[in-house]
Amino acid sequence: MSYASPLIAIVLMLIGGLLLFTLLGKNPLEGFKVFFINPVSDLYGVSELFLKATPLMLIAVGLAVGFRANVWNIGAEGQLILGGVAASAVALYFHESEGAHVLILMVIAGGIGGMLWATIPAFLKTRFNTNEILVSLMLVYVAQLLVSWLVHGPMMDPDGFNFPQSRMFEDSALLPLLSDENRLNLAFVFAIGALLAGYIFMYRSFTGFQMQVAGYAKDAARYAGFSAKRMIWIGLLSGGGMAGLAGMSEVAGPMGQLTEHVSNNYGFAAIIVAFVARLNPVGIFFASLLMALLYLGGEQAQQYLALPSSISNVFQGMLLMFLLGSDVFINYRLRWKEATA
Amino acid sequence: MTSAMDADHAPRLELHGITKIYPSVIANEDVSLSVKQGEIHAVLGENGAGKSTLMKMIYGVAKPDAGEMKWEGEVVQVENPAHARSLGIGMVFQHFSLFETLNVVENVALALPGNPDLKQLAGQITEVSNRYGLPVDPQRLVHALSVGERQRVEIIRCLLQNPKLLIMDEPTSVLTPQAVRKLFDTLRQLAEEGCSILYISHKLDEIQELCHVATVLRDGKVTGDCIPSEETPKSMASLMIGKELPVPEHSAPTELGEIRLQLSRLSKTSEDPFGTDLQDINLEVRSGEILGIAGVSGNGQQELLYALSGEEPVSDAGAITICGKPSGRDFPDRRRSSGMGFVPEERLGRGAVPRMSLTENALLTAHRAGMLKYGMIQFDKISAFAGKCIEDFNVKCGGSEHAANSLSGGNLQKFIMGREILLIPKLLVVAQPTWGVDVGAAAFIRQELIDLRDEGTAILVISEELEELFEISDRIAVIANGRLSPVKKLADTNIDEIGVWMSGMWDQPAPVGAVARD
Repeated sequence: MSYASPLIAIVLMLIGGLLLFTLLGKNPLEGFKVFFINPVSDLYGVSELFLKATPLMLIAVGLAVGFRANVWNIGAEGQLILGGVAASAVALYFHESEGAHVLILMVIAGGIGGMLWATIPAFLKTRFNTNEILVSLMLVYVAQLLVSWLVHGPMMDPDGFNFPQSRMFEDSALLPLLSDENRLNLAFVFAIGALLAGYIFMYRSFTGFQMQVAGYAKDAARYAGFSAKRMIWIGLLSGGGMAGLAGMSEVAGPMGQLTEHVSNNYGFAAIIVAFVARLNPVGIFFASLLMALLYLGGEQAQQYLALPSSISNVFQGMLLMFLLGSDVFINYRLRWKEATA
Repeated sequence: MTSAMDADHAPRLELHGITKIYPSVIANEDVSLSVKQGEIHAVLGENGAGKSTLMKMIYGVAKPDAGEMKWEGEVVQVENPAHARSLGIGMVFQHFSLFETLNVVENVALALPGNPDLKQLAGQITEVSNRYGLPVDPQRLVHALSVGERQRVEIIRCLLQNPKLLIMDEPTSVLTPQAVRKLFDTLRQLAEEGCSILYISHKLDEIQELCHVATVLRDGKVTGDCIPSEETPKSMASLMIGKELPVPEHSAPTELGEIRLQLSRLSKTSEDPFGTDLQDINLEVRSGEILGIAGVSGNGQQELLYALSGEEPVSDAGAITICGKPSGRDFPDRRRSSGMGFVPEERLGRGAVPRMSLTENALLTAHRAGMLKYGMIQFDKISAFAGKCIEDFNVKCGGSEHAANSLSGGNLQKFIMGREILLIPKLLVVAQPTWGVDVGAAAFIRQELIDLRDEGTAILVISEELEELFEISDRIAVIANGRLSPVKKLADTNIDEIGVWMSGMWDQPAPVGAVARD
């Protein structure tokens, strides 16, 4: 039954969307077509879908590792920004050099940048038992201010007419494209690799098993002698590392530079992806595509239906709400007044 | 016995042809029984024989697929437990149905109709608990109560509702012999007052002493009725399991080996405000012996077990020495690496992960036995291990891929015991080895423990069942108020003396009939 609820949630989200279009005075069928069909009506559209889904897959699989052990990293957005910043620093430092080492260092820097940001909630949680949900979430806003300061100051393009953005990256600092026809790049291969690795880790490795035990029954994990601190570290670092990598793939991919808007809320959307996917890497693949479609559909709706850009967020919100709602109704039964018979 | 024989009334409860089918198993098939007013009626059967399912249907937790139930002569369909309670049926569950985050009064209030006044209710609870010898503080939070204390709450909760039929699922397993006497007096008194009692227990001597009539279930079917006072425990056991009951062979330990567990001046302040502090506990367990620790639950057993397992380490490393290694500060992982095995009191959620399969649950502690390669799980090896555990310990389940929470309590206990025993630890610490397990399986588990001892394992058993400790221990001690009594050789003591010690009175002169202390 637990696999039914994502499907129910998707159907309810679609129905909710049709109602919303109607209420806004749009033709619901036209709205549906613009939102869900138009973005993927040609091959280029499909490639854009995969491009948008790439950071979501990377982040969601990293988060799922921790979520399975009830380690709630809500700050992937901030970890993504730090990964993007670290990768950009490498790109700018090497901005006149050629060679593959630039990109390799950027990948490493991106991952480490995200992990370092996740180290803060991990350390505070294991040392002082602080709540990782609050700490990681608050660090998102710190990260946003940090990147804003950087692109207004130390990392601003010296020839950029004071626009708050970095220099455009050289080719050696950009992820190679998979084809000349579209913008899909090497990061998509990373994402697929990450999903595979995540699958093996979760379902085949002993550490993955330990984390699942901790998620299902904390006392059993303690009884068996699994270290709770180790799981907190692994959970937060995997989420942070993958978010950092996603940040790198954005600056070295479609953006090609560091700006204040490194992330498109991917860090938060990936949380929804992980839950819709039931923390399963196969599910994450499909849920990421769905979430990417909501992003693209939102852009189309802005263009052709004159709806505000927040329409994407509305759909994301509906999806999460219906998912949690279905879970509640699958696990509990509603009963009308008779309990105190 | 007299009131039970009044034939003027329709039977209080009648079941005809009750059948309940679950996807993988027929839990009850064509079960009929009849309980008269004021009758204490035993339901006997092994684990998985369908006793609990039958009781759940009477109490409205499950619905029968066929058959009818008559209550005081009228056909009824019990919709839910609230309906059952309104009819006058009360039940004490084997798995407790208490809210852990609420205190005792609040839990009791939830089961009562309307909106009872908590202060007044607390007074009633104290009154009932005094009258029936079931001491419990109404203001304590349930999560801080031991298993035995939780059971008292369940019993009190039922008694407060003045039930016409009281269903008791293994109620005495955690009481002292003295408290059992007191409970029996209560139950007899209730029966005299006209209350019928359905009594499920695997303790045949109790059934013989207490019950007027017994219905025996095997594999979901009624295999016979008997008058317990006309039977012997042995004959009832063979009715129940279909063959003679094996009795564990317990020879004296051959020769004592090295000290595998040593506690020296172990003291620990409980992390729970309502817990019991451990005070200055000293003992040693050697290779090739079984040391039993008796005591009424809530006297420090939980704290001692957490300290022994390493789930709550102590500050003094030297207070606990495992296989020669000071281990007081170690977590369970390192203690297990030293060769310790451990079976906790709670099976679901601690000894096993409810939602995981038996195979995965075997991995929980068996992973040291060559089940991993480069950090990857070797699924073929672990499922072979789980299969062996299921087969050797006769765990009734759909297979090793079934989830732990699909097993009955007794079968899961067999699985967890099997898992720890098959690992052949150097030191095994066991809490309540046969709690809720039927007589046949209990005898088997005890025999396995004795065999393991003979292979040289040092075994520490903490149990609230005195008969069991006397059956398997070589030496015995009592824990009361967080202090440990002197340890005695089994031959030098007897049940009466240990029973008195269980109230903490080993510092006083031995009662008449007890052997002098060393």
